[in-house]
Amino acid sequence: MTGIPIDKINGRAVYVAGNDIDTDRIIPARYLKCVTFDELGPALFYDVRFNEDGTSRNHVLDRPEYAGAEILISDNNFGCGSSREHAPQAIGKFGFKAIIAGSFAEIFHGNCTTLGIPCVVMAQEQRERLAQLLAQDPTLDLTIDLAARQVTCANMIFPVTMKDSVRDAFLAATYDPLDNLLTGREAIDATAERLGYA
Amino acid sequence: MGRNLYQKVWDDHVVRQLDNGQYQLFIALHLIHEVTSPQAFGMLADKKLKVAYPARTFATVDHIIPTDNQSRPLADDMAEKMIQVLSDATSEHGIEYFPPSSGAQGIVHVVGPELGLTQPGMTICCGDSHTSTHGAFGCIALGIGTSQVRDVLASQTLAMDPLKVRRITVTGKLATGVTAKDVILHIIATLGVNGGVGFAYEYAGPVIENMTMEERMTVCNMSIEGGARCGYINPDETTFEFLRGRERVPSGSDFDQALTRWKGYASDVDAEFDDEVIIDGSRIAPTVTWGVTPGQAISIEGSVPDPEAVSGLDRDLINDALGYMKLKANQPIKGTRINVAFIGSCTNGRLSDFRAVAGLLNGHRIADHVRAIAVPGSEKVDAAARAEGLPEIFEAAGFEWRLPGCSMCLAMNPDKLVGDEVCASSSNRNFQGRQGSPTGRTILMSPIMVAAAAIRGEVADAREVFGLEEIAS
Repeated sequence: MTGIPIDKINGRAVYVAGNDIDTDRIIPARYLKCVTFDELGPALFYDVRFNEDGTSRNHVLDRPEYAGAEILISDNNFGCGSSREHAPQAIGKFGFKAIIAGSFAEIFHGNCTTLGIPCVVMAQEQRERLAQLLAQDPTLDLTIDLAARQVTCANMIFPVTMKDSVRDAFLAATYDPLDNLLTGREAIDATAERLGYA
Repeated sequence: MGRNLYQKVWDDHVVRQLDNGQYQLFIALHLIHEVTSPQAFGMLADKKLKVAYPARTFATVDHIIPTDNQSRPLADDMAEKMIQVLSDATSEHGIEYFPPSSGAQGIVHVVGPELGLTQPGMTICCGDSHTSTHGAFGCIALGIGTSQVRDVLASQTLAMDPLKVRRITVTGKLATGVTAKDVILHIIATLGVNGGVGFAYEYAGPVIENMTMEERMTVCNMSIEGGARCGYINPDETTFEFLRGRERVPSGSDFDQALTRWKGYASDVDAEFDDEVIIDGSRIAPTVTWGVTPGQAISIEGSVPDPEAVSGLDRDLINDALGYMKLKANQPIKGTRINVAFIGSCTNGRLSDFRAVAGLLNGHRIADHVRAIAVPGSEKVDAAARAEGLPEIFEAAGFEWRLPGCSMCLAMNPDKLVGDEVCASSSNRNFQGRQGSPTGRTILMSPIMVAAAAIRGEVADAREVFGLEEIAS
C-alpha cells in the first residue's frame, strides 16, 4: 500500500470549458525545464491565464469566486497530447484533488491515477447542468463518491463513470502501483528469462 | 481463432495479473531523455531503489539541446542542469547514454530504430507520447509519464489494462506528391483526435505495406494525435531488411533465429479486431492543418470550415481555432502567408525526409520573408545527409542546416516562434503555443509541403510548386 484510500472528494469546483484541452495548454513546455515538479502550480494554464506582459486575462481560474476550488471540470479529450506528467503535477500543486470531464486522454488519465488524482467521466448534459449550478452559485460544495460512482451537489445527483480497476485502486490505495509491481520480482525475472531479456 | 500482433506481444510480456485486475507487463526496451526522466531518478532515490534491468534502458538528450551551439556548458543554466542530472544518473545506475558528439545522439525515436534497439515483438516505453513511432516495427510502444518511468526503472514493468485493437486498412495507391504524413493527417482528421481512445491502431493494407520503414515511422508516430495509445504495423520483409546489419541487431545465425521469432508476431490472417476502418488511399490529397489540433486538417485544395455549419462545443472549438489562427471561415488554406518553415522532428526528421526535399529544391530559393531551418533527427542522420551533400542543397535554397534535436517541434530550446508568426512545420502538433510563442501559429504538413510553402512564402501545393506530374498507373 503506497498512499491513503480515496473514496470521496469534497470541495468547490471550477469549470474550464472546452474540448481537446491539451497538456501544452495545461502546462506550456518552457515550464518543463525543471528537475523536480515542486514549482509547477503557479504555471498551470499559464498562457491562457496571462498575457505575454504578465497581466491577467481574467481566466476563470483567477476569478475570486473560484479561488480555492478543489475539483476541476472540463469537457472531452481532456489532457490530450504530450505525456508530460508535469500537467497533472501542476493541476495537483495548484490545489485540485479530482477532475470531472467528458472524457480523458489515456496517458494523462494514467498519470493522474498514479498521482492519486481521480478522473471521473460525466455525460455532457449532466456537465452542462452542473456548470449552470456553479455559475449561479460558485460557493456550492461538490462531493465525488467513487464507490457510488456519483457526484452530489445541491441535493442533486450526477452519475459518473470510472473503470473498475481504477476505482478499486483508489478505494484500496493501490493507485500508485510501484509497491505492488515490486512484489513480483521473481515472476519478473522468470519472464525476462523466458523472453531472452535477462 | 488467430491473434493479432497486439495480443501476441501482450501475451508474451504479461508477468502476472495484479490484485486490482490490471496486468503487470514486462518492458523489453526503455528509452529515456532529459525532460521527463531525471525526476524519476529522484523518486528512486527517495525510495532507496535501484534500477532493476539497467541494460534494458538507453538514454539520450533531445528536447532541450540547442541546434545551433551545443558546446558545454549550455547557455541555458537549467538546460545544462537537466542534461547533467541525466548524465550523472545514467553513470550511477549503469545505463548506456548517447550524449551529444557520441555519434549516436538524437531524437530518442530516431535513435532507437537506427541503432536497431527497436525490434519486432518488443514492448517499448519512453516518457514521451511519440514513443508510438516504434510501433512501425511491430511493437507495443507506449508513451508514459514520469511516475511510470520510475516504475519501469525500478521493476522493468508497468501496470496496464489491455487495449482494444482497431485495424485501419489503407487501400489503393497514393497519388504523386502524397506522403506518409498526408496519410496519417488524413486518418486523424477522419477518425478524430479522440477517436483512438482505448485502442491500439493496426495500420494495414497496400498503401502501408508499400511504405519504407521511415514512412511507417511517420504514420505510427502520430497515432497518439489520434488518441490511440499506440499504433503498429506488422513486421515484414521491409522491416527485416531495415534491421539486418544494424549495430544492435543480432547477426549471423542469431539474426536468422530472431527472424523466425519476429515473423511469428505478425497478426494471423484469421485474427479478430475490435473495430475495422477502411480508408481509400487513392483519395488522400496533400493534407495540412488549419486549426489547433492535428485533427483540424484539410486537403490543400480545401477551405477552412465554417463554425455556423455545426453547433455546441464543436462550434466553440472551430471558433476558438479560427480566432487563434486568425483565419476566416470558408477561406482557402492555400495562400495563407507563413513566416517560418521547419523540417525536422521525430515525425519527419529522418534521412529520407531530407532526401525527398533536397531532390526538389534544386534551382529554388525560399521567399525573402521566410526563415527556414532543417534539423536532422540524429547525429547519424546528419552524418548520412552530409555524406550525400544534402546540407549544401538546403543552404543554397536559403535554409539553415542545424545540429540534431527536437528543435522547433516543442521549442524547449532556443528554436521558437516569435509573436504570432505562422510556421509551416513537418512536426506533429499544432497546439496553441506549441512552438514556443503563446500566440505562435503552426500549420502541420509533409516535408515537401513545408519546402513548397517556404519557397512561395505561403501555404502552397508541392505538386504545383515542383511540377510533380501524376504518374499514370
